[in-house]
Order: sequence, then C-alpha cells, then structure tokens
Amino acid sequence: MNDGQNIVEIRNLKKYFPVKHKLFAKQNCLVRAVDDISFTIKKGETLGLVGESGCGKSTTGRTIVRLYKPTAGSVLYDGIDLAKLSKKEMRIMRRNMQIIFQDPFSSLNPRMTVGNIISEPFVIHNMGTKKTCKEHVEALINKVGLKGDTYYRYPHEFSGGQCQRLVIARALALNPEFIVCDEPISALDVSIQAQIVNLLEGLQEELKLTYLFIAHDLSMVRYISNRVAVMYLGKIFELGESEEIYTHPLHPYTKGLLSSIPYPNPKVERTRTRHFPSGEIPSPTDPPSGCRYHPRCPIADKKCKSDQPELKSVGKQHWVACHLI
Amino acid sequence: MSETILSVKNLNVQFITKRGIIKAVQDVSYSLEKGEAVGIVGESGCGKSVSVLSLLRLLPENLARIKSDEIRFCDTDLLHIANKDMQNIRGSKISIIFQDPMASLNPVLTIGRQLREPLIIHRMAKAKEANNKALELLRMVQIPDPEERMNNYPYEMSGGMRQRVMIAMSLICNPELLIADEPTTALDVTVQAQIIDLVKELRRRLGMSLIWISHDLGIIAGLVNRVLVMYAGTIVEEALVDDLFYTPRHPYTRALLASIPQAEGQLKRKLQPIRGSPPDLLNLPRGCLFAERCNYVKDVCRKEKPPIRRINDNHRCACWMDTTTSEVL
Repeated sequence: MNDGQNIVEIRNLKKYFPVKHKLFAKQNCLVRAVDDISFTIKKGETLGLVGESGCGKSTTGRTIVRLYKPTAGSVLYDGIDLAKLSKKEMRIMRRNMQIIFQDPFSSLNPRMTVGNIISEPFVIHNMGTKKTCKEHVEALINKVGLKGDTYYRYPHEFSGGQCQRLVIARALALNPEFIVCDEPISALDVSIQAQIVNLLEGLQEELKLTYLFIAHDLSMVRYISNRVAVMYLGKIFELGESEEIYTHPLHPYTKGLLSSIPYPNPKVERTRTRHFPSGEIPSPTDPPSGCRYHPRCPIADKKCKSDQPELKSVGKQHWVACHLI
Repeated sequence: MSETILSVKNLNVQFITKRGIIKAVQDVSYSLEKGEAVGIVGESGCGKSVSVLSLLRLLPENLARIKSDEIRFCDTDLLHIANKDMQNIRGSKISIIFQDPMASLNPVLTIGRQLREPLIIHRMAKAKEANNKALELLRMVQIPDPEERMNNYPYEMSGGMRQRVMIAMSLICNPELLIADEPTTALDVTVQAQIIDLVKELRRRLGMSLIWISHDLGIIAGLVNRVLVMYAGTIVEEALVDDLFYTPRHPYTRALLASIPQAEGQLKRKLQPIRGSPPDLLNLPRGCLFAERCNYVKDVCRKEKPPIRRINDNHRCACWMDTTTSEVL
C-alpha cells in the first residue's frame, strides 16, 4: 500500500469525545467527532479539508499530529503507526510534522520575545548552540518576510498577519515535511489572507512541504489545494482532485456546499440558481441513521435512511460516499 | 422620482481613549434611496460599523465624539432630536441586526416575549395582537413549529435559528430601513446562504431599504444595488454594484478584488496580496491613507489627502490618480 508516495495514511480513524449529558445518567454520551475515516496524503501535495463547523475537520487534523489520541484506527506517518509510539519517540517524530492554528495571538506567548518563541523548538529538541540558534531564527524570520529587528520584540507589537507569519516561522524551525494548517487565514482580514496563502505556497515550493489545509472558506481551498476532501458529521463524503470536485461535484452535500459559496461577481450571482441544503447540521452526539446527510438531502430514498454508504471510487481518483451515485 | 430616506453629510466619529484620539470615521457622506440596498465593505477597523451605529446613537456617549453637518432620516433630523424621539425611531422605523445573535438576545427571556417587546414598547399593539404578529413573523422567517418556538429560550436554538429570530424581531414594526451589521459572519456557509436568500425574499415582499455591512465581497455582489468601499475611516469609492466589480477605480478596490480567488473562471491567476497592513487609527499619515500600500502611489499622494471625485452620477472615487490610465488627474 505504501509506495513511498504517501506521507500520511489514515486508516479507519475514529475519535470520540465523552460528554456528560445528564445528571445521574449512567452512560456518558459520545460526540463522534471523527467516525471511521480513511484517506492518504501524498508527498508534496496540499490536501484541502472542508466542511461546516462541527463536522470534525479540526479534530481530524489534531488527531493526525497526535494532539489527540485516536479512539480507534491508525495514522501512519511514513509507514510508522503514530498511535503506537511512546511519548519520547513521538517527540522525535514531531520534528517532521507541525500544526498552525487559526488564532495567531493565542498561539504566541505574550510574555516571550519573538526570538525566544521561534528558538523554543531548538531548545526543546536540544539542537545547536545559542549562537547558531540565533542565526537560524533570524534566517527563519527573513524567510517568512519579516524584518531583522523582529528578534527582540513581543507578539503584541505585531498585527494579525505578521503574527501568523511568526507562527509559520516557528512551525518551520525544525525543517518539517508535513504541516497541518488549521484555518490559518480565517482570523485575518481579506487583504492579509492572500499574503499568507502566497507565503504558504512559496514555502511549499521551496521546502517541498506537504500541507493538510483545513478551512471553511471554500474558494480559498479551491485555490490552494491539489485535492479536496469534504467532511460531514465525522465522515468523508467526497474526495478527489480539487478541480474535479469543484467543477463536477457528485455528492448532493458537496453540490449544496458549493452552491452556497457567494461569488464576487454580480452578474454570476444574479443569474445562477442555487440549491443549498436546507436546515442545519445535526448534533454529532446523535447522528442520523444510515447516510448522515439524509434528513437534509433532496434526493434521499429508503436505502439512505437505513444503510450507511461507503466511500467508493468513481474513477479519476474521485471517491464518493452516496448510494445514489 | 426616487425619494431619499437617509442622508449623511460629513460624518466624523472619534473615540477618546487613554492612548489618544482614534479617528474612526472621517468626513463620510452617503445617502440611501427608498427601497435601495446599499453595501458597505471594508476590513475590520475601517469604520464601516461605526459609520452606521453612530447615526442611531448606539455608541457609548462618554467615549464617542460624533460630528456631522447633517444626518437626516426621511424628514427627521437625527442629529438634533431628543433621546426620547430617537428611541421611537430605533426598532420601529430603523432596525438593526448584529453579527452575534446570542449576544443580541436576552438569554433569560423566551423568544416570544422578546419578539413582542418592540411592539409593546412602541405601543403598536396590545399583548394578544402582538402575539399573533410575532407568530406571523416567525412563519415569515421560516422557523418550523413557530407556536412551540415562542416558548423556547435562545439557548435552545441553533445559531442560524437565532439569527432568523433576530430578523423577525427587527421586522416586527415594519421598519423602513433595515441595517445588517455582518449578520452572517458567525454562521456556516450553507446557513449564510439561507439567511441571505431569506433577506432577499423579505425585501422583495416588504420593500424596505437595506444597509448591509460586510467584509465579504461575494455576499455584497449578490445582494445590493450600490456599494461603498471604506478604508481607515474614509469612503474611498462608491459605485453601482456592477461598476464596482467590473470597472473598479480606486487602487484599494482593485487590490481587494485581485486578492480574493474568483470562484469561477481564470482560476489559476495568482493571488495578488495587498502589501503591508492598514494604518494605525491613532496615528494617521498625512495625505492619502492608502498611499503606503498603493501600487499607483505618486508624490502628491503622500502630501495631500485626495478629494472624493465624481466619475459619473453613481460613481465616486477618492484618488489622485486615474487608475485606468495611470495618470495624475
């Protein structure tokens, strides 16, 4: 299965969170945030992961880098099962994988200087001397497009976009191969988003990085991703080449999701007919039976209510989980 | 002949803070025709919300200093009326929906009670009648089982449902003007599409005027007739929606459109980010506020603030340059 092309392989991954539902209730409820998903991430690609809030996309990202321990299933990184590693082994493994979060301000310790923040990975991993460390950090600061005097300043002196650059610099410190970008641009202003996206693209080319790009901004995901996975209530509904998914979506949910994107083009907006899903995403503590989308699906039939559809290939590297395709 | 229902001339809003005076809105003038939908776009902190909230005296009085030559709504001079008269206008003639419906709804009162409240306060209906009207509006905003929902509390509803309740509440007194301050930013894209569709439909049926504040050019493109683009507290461009998207004049508008991916066609066009970040409102530069980030910048831009110029009847732009020819005007 692993031919060296895949950097990350996810097999039947599940992550459930217990929630106290009722006082005196015997059993805790489970939020099935990620419920039996499998996919692979190829070396050097950007895989976009999209879906509505609460669909499990962030949980997937965090479970892959083992910020959460999976409930079941496995995450193989270069063929090594991360769930089976000890803490110490995992720490070494983390040099290869990093994560960038949505809110840059809460990712940076306000009491540390930028220099200390970015050199922390070197300290943790016992790498280099103080002097080489400073050189490295300054090179990183330059790489993400910030000026040299940044080293002794504090995060509050920087704007949101600049802070996100610092977060990226820190993520790059240990020369990782794989970065999970968890909504890295959602908290930024429109004019700054493109700066960060272009920076991420440039770095990918230069350093041969692989990204898992999690976002709810569908047009930005289309722009940056080679392949896209669509998630709904802990399941993957559709997976394929980005252009294929956006131009020929097959799953009714993907169609609905794409139909909801507002286009910055008044003539297109006036003429297009939209078929967006009615209602809202149900609670993941009690997902609908059968296909999880059936209560909102315009074409659902009997089978959808009882049987859960499996992800099946429909050719051209395109997979869909729907009975009616 | 169309009728102007709102006209604002040279509005200035300043906030007095410990660190100094923040010039949130500077010399903003705009007007709104009856039945028209206007969008205000800009980044966070550009003054798009403040330029509208200040009209209704919704800003903290001890901090905000509002100066204007004129704020006129229909025949009322909003600048000089008594606070009591302002109360009569807020919620009945002009109503507003905010970004976060949870923060706008009272968590300890039922939906029904909160929906009836505007009618009771403005003495437009008695309890029973108000109840019927509330039910009618819940139906209008397509909330299932409205009778049941009247007795619910806000926490029992989802974000999208709450925003529908907010819309119902804002429409209950048949306002002439509805102001929507980023009402869909906190919602998922599918729910956003539902809410936008609902507002379009309600506007068709009720014919009210609309001011929609957003940072999302996509939403603006499909919803309004005319757009104001704001940057660092000033209006930099004003145009009919088609002109703004197809023949933008101001360098900021152009740059903004080039920095977002087009969902259709010309896909692999590289995004062109706007370099730098917006100026500090405490310490605004002399001259054009966009000069530092502008691709067309000339010496004059750094020295003097550009006046807002008329391009045609519906198109105004505040720039020293003609961006179509790259010449100084």
